[in-house]
Amino acid sequence: MTSATESQESNAAVVWLPRAIFQAFLDLLSADGYQIIGPRIEQGAIVYAPLERVEDLPLGWTDEQGPGLYRLKKRADEAAFGYVVGPHSWKRFLFPPQTDLMRSKQTDEGWDMSPVEPADDKYAFLGVRACELAAMEVQDRVFMTPMFTDELYQRRRSQSLIIAVNCTSAAPTCFCTSMNSGPKCHKGFDLALTELTGGFVVEIGSELGRRFTDRLMLVPVTTQREQDAAAAQQQAVDQITRTLDREHVQSTLKNRLNHKRWDEVAEKCLSCANCTMVCPTCFCSSVDDVTNLVDEEVIRQRHWDSCFNFDFSHISGGPVRDQTRSRYRQWLTHKLTHWVDQFGTSGCVGCGRCIAWCPVGIDLTEEARILCEDPAVPEEGQP
Amino acid sequence: MNAESRPATLACHPWVAHVAIVTEVRSEIDSVATFRMRFRDPEIARQYRFLPGQFNMLYLPSCGESAISHSGPPENSGEDFWHTIRFVGRVTDSIAKLKVGDQLGVRGPFGSAWPLDACRGRDVIIMSGGLGLAPLRPMIYALIAQRESYGRVVLLHGARTPDTILYPEEISQWRDHGIEVELTVDRASNEWDGNVGVVPLLLDRLSNVRPSETEVVTCGPEIMMHYSAVSALGRGIPETSIWMSMERNMQCAAGLCGHCQWGPWFVCKDGPVFRYDTIRSLLKVRDL
Ligand SMILES: Cc1cc2nc3c(=O)[nH]c(=O)nc-3n(C[C@H](O)[C@H](O)[C@H](O)COP(=O)(O)OP(=O)(O)OC[C@H]3O[C@@H](n4cnc5c(N)ncnc54)[C@H](O)[C@@H]3O)c2cc1C
Ligand code: SF4
Repeated sequence: MTSATESQESNAAVVWLPRAIFQAFLDLLSADGYQIIGPRIEQGAIVYAPLERVEDLPLGWTDEQGPGLYRLKKRADEAAFGYVVGPHSWKRFLFPPQTDLMRSKQTDEGWDMSPVEPADDKYAFLGVRACELAAMEVQDRVFMTPMFTDELYQRRRSQSLIIAVNCTSAAPTCFCTSMNSGPKCHKGFDLALTELTGGFVVEIGSELGRRFTDRLMLVPVTTQREQDAAAAQQQAVDQITRTLDREHVQSTLKNRLNHKRWDEVAEKCLSCANCTMVCPTCFCSSVDDVTNLVDEEVIRQRHWDSCFNFDFSHISGGPVRDQTRSRYRQWLTHKLTHWVDQFGTSGCVGCGRCIAWCPVGIDLTEEARILCEDPAVPEEGQP
Repeated sequence: MNAESRPATLACHPWVAHVAIVTEVRSEIDSVATFRMRFRDPEIARQYRFLPGQFNMLYLPSCGESAISHSGPPENSGEDFWHTIRFVGRVTDSIAKLKVGDQLGVRGPFGSAWPLDACRGRDVIIMSGGLGLAPLRPMIYALIAQRESYGRVVLLHGARTPDTILYPEEISQWRDHGIEVELTVDRASNEWDGNVGVVPLLLDRLSNVRPSETEVVTCGPEIMMHYSAVSALGRGIPETSIWMSMERNMQCAAGLCGHCQWGPWFVCKDGPVFRYDTIRSLLKVRDL
């Protein structure tokens, strides 16, 4: 696990990082061998990509979101982190969309099969939101189980530096308060910033994080700024309107496997898999071979897949889940209830990406509510 | 079964295969053959162990990978392990072309095992359909190896036609080792004078069943296992004494790829062998 998870909130010091030396902070990260990944504007959205300069950040931009809606808007100020969340999440770096797993080469003795050593990337993730910290902890449980561990994930996770950012505004799609995952960052970071005019209030979450604030000679924050930061964080809490009755859904949805609502949502759902691609916790993948004829080498390659894809559940006789109805049901029940059985945590962190990026604006909080609100009819499906 | 009692999966990296060499190919019924193989690396061959019911992922570079159950003696190490395979598609059709001396990749063993411990001292009814007998054969070998440790052992096996009954010669030898065998086919042919009908009917008609002293293990098409369980329940055998092996798409076999999910379970690591009471309600939901 990362140094970040060893953080001790109780004695977390709070310091002030003036905007004027923010670039010096980024330079220090680079000098220490970190590749900085943070928010950048690309093709009309705020995505996570390598960056080096403060000007690379989406200064003065925010995002407007709703069911099936995402667009960028100018802000009145020059805030660097004045947006909520975009289509990317950090899983794209910890669990990349495409990974080489194994190499098979023809030799005189026949096949030589060996693991492809994961590249030794050392990332500094800049701008990780509370719901995204929660998503990382969810994926930790998926990829680092007592039985099997995903080596690439473990390596990248353990050597990445996490610079979180507390949300100071929320989108109408957000419901982290319902999922106990935000909007304030409580643990799992090396540093956590709250952006104010002129700089950042910085909470130190680990010794590694403290090394940077020490070297930048940051001084303790004033009480006034600490209060301003708390008020800015409260603003995000106050803006959250969407809700999901987490515990009720967790215990009820698994008894709604034959509900007629699945048919109704299937009439709208395009089975396009967008929701699973933008979800920060979805982890499904498939493997394929890529043959390099020149080297007589075959690479076993893993790529993101989705339970919405028709062939995903293929066995002899065809896919088990051959209808949109059963695929949407798999996604929603896995995310909101079976995930808890499997990993002891919900698979949903309330970031709202699946709502915004669904081309037809299907809202999982609404679906869950309708599926779970009907008077309980005894149903099969509960083991 | 708890994961700790399982033999270790080779290498900590679940995605990496080890090279195995085909040592014998025995053609069984139409489009089905048993491949005996050994790991090329003697150290890996020596270390490798599996339990009846567990499976390997067999890999042909440039072609793909398939989950295939062990069908050989469980006391064997990785120096001689067996797989009985039906040729049905891309990967298995390529496996069909393998000859003695050819190489392939093997990852494993994966999954839960048949409940040999729960069967100790008790009657065992084995219900298989078609190729479902293959994953049960290591269990049958284990029962025969310690025949005195178990009560009555009955094999109820069904096939589509008389000439698609798997391992016919071995089945008669099993009779000599104190296993009662009842066979049935869906469609009889001229020389068949045995039972015609589905496997659960064999259990319906089996005499002297001692419901509270019996474990039922079943493997075959999902519908056949479902009705086998219904029949077992009808005979008064409790849900907690019925076991079945499930089949779902598998890519990683280690619970990392998501393909084999079934309600709360990962069939690859929580199964493939499940106790009926943990899956009963799931079996009743269409395309789950
Ligand atoms: C735990 C387990 C044990 C099995 N044991 C045996 C056995 O002992 N003998 C045997 O002949 N078969 C067994 N099977 C079924 C075997 O895995 C499939 O028949 C085989 O994967 C088909 O692959 P294919 O490429 O030839 O077929 P295609 O139809 O071309 O399949 C393409 C891909 O789909 C997936 N797939 C297709 N069919 C199945 C299936 N039935 N189950 C799971 N994934 C599938 C695989 O990823 C396969 O590579 C087992 C399956 C599971 C899950
Ligand atoms: S719910 Fe929306 S985003 Fe998800 S598969 Fe259906 S149409 Fe696509």
